Amino acid sequence: MQTRARPSLLELSRSFASIGMSSFGGGMTAWVRREIVQRRGWLDDQQFLSGYALSQLVPGATNVNLAVFIGTQLRGVPGALACLAGLTGPPLVSTLILGSLYFGMHGMPGEASISLALTGLGAVAIGLNLGTGIRLAQSSIRRVVPALIAATVALSVGVAGFPLLTVLPIMIPISLAAAWWSRRS
Amino acid sequence: MTEVLWQLFWLFALLSMVAFGGGAGVIPDIQRAAVDVHHWLTAKEFLDIFAISRSAPGPGSMIAVYVGQKAAGVAGGLVAFVAMFIPSSVVVHFVALGWDRAARKPWRAVVEQALAPIGIGMTFATGLSLAHGTEHALLSYAITAAATLIFAFTSVHPILLLVAGGSLLLLTGG
Repeated sequence: MQTRARPSLLELSRSFASIGMSSFGGGMTAWVRREIVQRRGWLDDQQFLSGYALSQLVPGATNVNLAVFIGTQLRGVPGALACLAGLTGPPLVSTLILGSLYFGMHGMPGEASISLALTGLGAVAIGLNLGTGIRLAQSSIRRVVPALIAATVALSVGVAGFPLLTVLPIMIPISLAAAWWSRRS
Repeated sequence: MTEVLWQLFWLFALLSMVAFGGGAGVIPDIQRAAVDVHHWLTAKEFLDIFAISRSAPGPGSMIAVYVGQKAAGVAGGLVAFVAMFIPSSVVVHFVALGWDRAARKPWRAVVEQALAPIGIGMTFATGLSLAHGTEHALLSYAITAAATLIFAFTSVHPILLLVAGGSLLLLTGG
């Protein structure tokens, strides 16, 4: 039996603060794995992957969920709060600062250039989003029915503009029934 | 003022509970509420804060904080933050406590299999709704298409793509 050192709340929040502030442009999960599994050894790979599966299953930002999962596993409620505060606290502060700069820039010199640059960033950010969809679809959609379900959700919400609270109560039961049916045989 | 704070709270608390497939899947609903229903932001401002939240450190769901801040100042940003992150975190905490037992149950595989296409559909919906919700020029569509393919099929770091996209618009003048 191998015993793992139980991290202090301060160590947990510090680790997640460094993850939160060093993962620009996405790809945060890789940072979490490097810090928690490889550097600190607080979880092994299997525990990490199980938590990652949970984080994707439950609603909410995957990496925030993963932080809460890891905190819960290691130190219960205080651990979950320490990880959540570490991961989201510093970005919350930088977001409020960036937000006041952005919303306060009207009429300032350079506004036109910033606006242009942001249009370019936005175009790329939409591409990153669609690219993420393609990557996810490649790794987990293998059959026609799930592909149709994904396409229905994408078009009804993204193009026709139906609210999620209308689409999901219809599509989640359909998807559950399809998954159950495909596993029966 | 208090009314706006409540509107922010309910909007993000509800969306927090249906954000399957990661936080980005609820962006079409945030966009509709913030731009079309409440007029807190213009369509261009919404795309800008999406770009900023995707480029700046921290989770992409921080877009909620920008919406709250524009609607009701720092208090709005903080209310949006709490509503967006706390309800889903409480759910994760309780699910995490029983997760090891659930790992061996057959229903878990069914739920995982069923939610995957929902999350993927929501991810695509976000890209589609942002692309047609704004006055997109041809160059922007070309950049989006290129970024989609490069990100999906190569391992170029996203931050390089963001820098390239921003620079391209600055150099060509739009």
